[in-house]
Amino acid sequence: MQNHLLTWILFSPTVAALVLLLLPKNRPALLRWFALLSSLVPLGLTLVVWAQFDGSAGFQFEEKVSWYAALNASYHLGVDGISLPMVLLTTLLTPLALLASFNVEERVQPYLFLFLLLETGMLGVFLALDLLLFFVFWEVGLVPMYFIIQQWGGKNRNYASLKFMLFTIGGSLGLLLATQLMGAATGTFDLTELYRIWPRLQTLNLPIGWSIGTVKAVAFWAFVVAFAVKVPVWPFHTWLPDAHTEAPTAGSMILAGVLLKLGAYGFLRLVLPLYPAEAKQFAGWLAGLAAAAIVFGALAAFGQRDFKRLVAYSSINHMGFVVLAVAAAAKASNSAADALSANLALNGAVMQMFSHGLSAAGMFFLVGVIYDRTHTRDLEEFGGLYAVLPVYGSVLMFTTMGALGLPGLSGFVAEFLVLRGAWPLLMVATAISLIGLFFTGAYLLKALYKVLQGPLNERWVGKLKDMNRRELVVIAPLMALMLALGVWPAWLLEMINRAVALWF
Amino acid sequence: MMSEWVVPVLWLLPLPPLLAFGAIVLFANRSNRLSHSLAIGAAGLSWLGSMLVFWRAVTTEHLAEHPFGGWVLWLPTGETWLTVGVQMDALGAVTLFFVAWTVLMIFIYSVGYHNFGAKRGVDDRAGLPPHGALVKGVDGHKHHVPSLEPMYARFFALISLFAFAMYLLVVSDNLLTLFVGWEVMGLCSYLLIGFWYGKPSARAAAVKAFLTTRVGDMFLLLGMAILYSLTGTLRFADILGNASVLAALAGQVSPVLGLSWAGLIGLLLFLGVVGKSAQFPLHVWLPDAMEGPTPVSAMIHAATMVSAGVYLAARFFPLLSAGWQPGMALTPTMMVMAVIGAGTALFAATIALAQDDIKRVLAYSTISQLGYMIAALGIGAYAAAVFHLVTHAFFKALLFLGSGSVIHGMEHGALHTGEHEDVQNMHKMGGLRKKMPVTFVTFLLGGLSLAGAPLLTAGFWSKDEILSGALNGGFVVVFVVLALAALLTAFYTARQITLTFLGTPRSKAAEHAHESRWEMTLPLGVLAVFAVSAGWAGIPETFPGLGGLIPNWFGEFVGGHALEHEVSHSPVPLLTSLLVSLGGLLLGWLVYRRQVAGAADPLAKTLGPVYSLLKNKYYIDEFYAWLLIRPARWLSETLVADWMDRRVLDGILHGLGRFGIWLGEVLRRWFDLPVVNGAGDGVGRGARWLGMVLSPLQNGHEQTYMLTAVIGVVTAGVAFILLVVF
Repeated sequence: MQNHLLTWILFSPTVAALVLLLLPKNRPALLRWFALLSSLVPLGLTLVVWAQFDGSAGFQFEEKVSWYAALNASYHLGVDGISLPMVLLTTLLTPLALLASFNVEERVQPYLFLFLLLETGMLGVFLALDLLLFFVFWEVGLVPMYFIIQQWGGKNRNYASLKFMLFTIGGSLGLLLATQLMGAATGTFDLTELYRIWPRLQTLNLPIGWSIGTVKAVAFWAFVVAFAVKVPVWPFHTWLPDAHTEAPTAGSMILAGVLLKLGAYGFLRLVLPLYPAEAKQFAGWLAGLAAAAIVFGALAAFGQRDFKRLVAYSSINHMGFVVLAVAAAAKASNSAADALSANLALNGAVMQMFSHGLSAAGMFFLVGVIYDRTHTRDLEEFGGLYAVLPVYGSVLMFTTMGALGLPGLSGFVAEFLVLRGAWPLLMVATAISLIGLFFTGAYLLKALYKVLQGPLNERWVGKLKDMNRRELVVIAPLMALMLALGVWPAWLLEMINRAVALWF
Repeated sequence: MMSEWVVPVLWLLPLPPLLAFGAIVLFANRSNRLSHSLAIGAAGLSWLGSMLVFWRAVTTEHLAEHPFGGWVLWLPTGETWLTVGVQMDALGAVTLFFVAWTVLMIFIYSVGYHNFGAKRGVDDRAGLPPHGALVKGVDGHKHHVPSLEPMYARFFALISLFAFAMYLLVVSDNLLTLFVGWEVMGLCSYLLIGFWYGKPSARAAAVKAFLTTRVGDMFLLLGMAILYSLTGTLRFADILGNASVLAALAGQVSPVLGLSWAGLIGLLLFLGVVGKSAQFPLHVWLPDAMEGPTPVSAMIHAATMVSAGVYLAARFFPLLSAGWQPGMALTPTMMVMAVIGAGTALFAATIALAQDDIKRVLAYSTISQLGYMIAALGIGAYAAAVFHLVTHAFFKALLFLGSGSVIHGMEHGALHTGEHEDVQNMHKMGGLRKKMPVTFVTFLLGGLSLAGAPLLTAGFWSKDEILSGALNGGFVVVFVVLALAALLTAFYTARQITLTFLGTPRSKAAEHAHESRWEMTLPLGVLAVFAVSAGWAGIPETFPGLGGLIPNWFGEFVGGHALEHEVSHSPVPLLTSLLVSLGGLLLGWLVYRRQVAGAADPLAKTLGPVYSLLKNKYYIDEFYAWLLIRPARWLSETLVADWMDRRVLDGILHGLGRFGIWLGEVLRRWFDLPVVNGAGDGVGRGARWLGMVLSPLQNGHEQTYMLTAVIGVVTAGVAFILLVVF
């Protein structure tokens, strides 16, 4: 049975974006509500897909139409237990980001337009089952985010947005080349075909003059660099703190919540299944980069005095665990024990992607809430705000603990699974990553120490209002999901586990 | 068995405090009365459930072989599931017993401690301790009295969560949910130590507690991951109750230091215990934890947090001691435990000698007593360690609550007289036995129990068990160190009681101190009963004279399944116990009984520079700040955030950009100008158009130019590859 649910999910934001352009631009309230309500459509449809999803099967809800016949590229969509959680994350965070943007007063129409377009770009990456389609959406997502930072960003937005753009484009050039190479070598871009053909390909009918092993190794690294920039993995990460610091609040929420997951998803969807031999060969390097991201990300976060930069660096620290899991899975042999470890590590990786999506979006939102009130992000200028903002303080405490990986909240389950899965395969990297995990606690407590605790900075007495209802509506679903996943992770993990077990 | 009534009770045991926490936070936080009613009601329910479970456990035969409980599927792991569940055995039952009693008493006590029903002070602010309120007395005079805690409801919410976490830890049948309780407790202690978050010292202490214990937790987490990957389970019954699993773990060599896997995992778990139970070298957080309100100190030091550490060590005793039999040489892991435990016991006791703050003395005494338990586990005296865990929980909870009562009474006096003395300094007290008789009597009983006063008190029996365990096992060094620590314990306890309660008042506040309210004294009375009687449950049968009068229920119930076997009770440890306890008490009383206001501590004269070394806690905090904290800040702020990211990585990037600009200049000068410019106006128009399009990039920021150049270079490079390679 073929329905078009995925196409609806994918393009309903685009349709909404186009309709939005027809609405009067001097009615910001109307525009906002329209954008918010229309962004609930893909969320609702995702829930429908979720309800009908069959955990034991592979790709589902597939749609396939020929697209570029000459290249044998097609419009091929489908979801499995790895991509569906990401789709849910995207369709969930977009409405929340839109709601968080209700206080944006400047050029509301193009702002909302870009956000809706961005949603289509991100969803396309998660839904695509065609390599060329994947690449197109990969690039499509880039453009709206560039403009969101460049137009609605902070003081240094030109630098930050350009850096973001150049890093990502620089990374994806290799991806494009490797994609073309694979298409030319196999005659198809369809992922389900490529999974079958490419890893077993022994000869290359292309006039390059390198051995097939070298070509594959180069293409592997092209993929890895493209995704590593996006995740971001140390040392390709320096665009991230700048982009985050300058981006508007909702932009940061989506950037950390979803865009970084695109890179991690690329590792899971493309690198591991398409390049198993190369991944195994270079697993040690990947693990080293992951451990570096975890440790240096945490240390750099601890060294910040800008609240938003601190949270930005925390993403590098957290996403490092996803890469560590990928490296572990890459290294696993065919033995049953290794396969189980790889399975657990990747369960943890997908869980971490989802969980970090919740906590990072929440943290950036909360940084935005305090920035809206104080117009500063300098940690030294806060102090003792718990006394004047009790609700905000408790919400921040909760979200911080989610990010810290407190058992009982979602991050812990993910990190524990990654550690468990990675340990037998990568003992040294796993042990080193625990140093990073210690500093995760240190930088998050530093933030609480500087913002909430200590003597009240008299400057803010009587000037700050606690969180309003709209803000609570934004953060409440994130908190509820963090708790629900921490207490009863099976509802999500079962889907992930089956998909991962099927694949690896 | 499984369908019995007790299993649902066990499942539900941790829930009431959790629900109370949720209800207070979400709905009840504006009503103080409702908040504490919810909290105490929930603690009462859990207490009732605990008593039922305890009774059921005690009356079950062969409990050791067949602990009762249940489990559910929790986490899908490949083809199988990780289960979580609840379980009750002897160790769990006795732990549950003291947790339930102490928690409930602490909850009731807190009502009085936070001055429920009193007026709110005008200057009182959330986040700071209450300063007192001005009221008009019956005689018409206005005077200051203690005022209501501004964050009263919040306090009860947090201690409810704390209690939930401890109950969860005790009923868990697996390491994973135990760890959940363990960490939630860590969070609660962080929030409660920093309860008065407006005080810089409190917030520093809170962060210190969290991060110091987190050091241990990271090792524990790693140990858990290794254990799970080697055995495929985290259930106690499947690991600790399975001899073949233990033998396999003990038989294989791990890649670290030649330890067996059991040794390595045991060591990692033990490092978690070192953090949680404040053993050297991670003990530094515990004395600072005094920054929290006193009921929290009792909670952390007796009922929950530090007990959890010893509980974990006792729980994993079969793993820690895997491959060891009584009479054999200790395994490396046990050796580490014995050394750290005994060393900490003595080391912390010496510091306690020189502390003036009534709570700080108790804090170091806690560290020292926990060292006894760890040392006992290290030398294989399992039942003795658990016995001391139980008795210590009672008398230490009593002592903390008693010290809170003293502080409260002193505060009353200080507010009344307007004298702003340090109300926790024992040198400013004295003579309080007459002002606060109930507090005095109960504190005296608790103190005697801590000092191990012979025959009567619980502390004597449990400490004597440990000492005789050490000597009978042939661990003479451990025995001597612990005996010396016991002498010091008795001495500082006598010092504390003498300075606080005996003699005459040494400050106006002490003169005007007065007894605390019934909500505070009632729990003192209840705990005092246990502080004395809990020891009678474990009198060894071989004890001269008394042995066998009451059956050694504790040893049989808890120790039944352990490896030890009671040897005949040698008179040496008994005589030593008597000597150090009575000698220390007497000596302390003699030295301090004539202490007058303003006089220096007699020990300061006797010990000289050693005294200031002790008073400054061997300068370990300063040493850590120099060795760890400053380098960590330099590493993060200077090396990683500044040099590595900003200078090196961004430097390379900006260098690339600069190279791109240079390349552009060269191309323009040597190619563009001479060749292209000659090619006509069409190109010129094109360039003007391009210039217009690109002008936003020309915004005056050098960095933008560089980055623009990077993209140019990258594009050129890719075009080159495309043209040449393909």
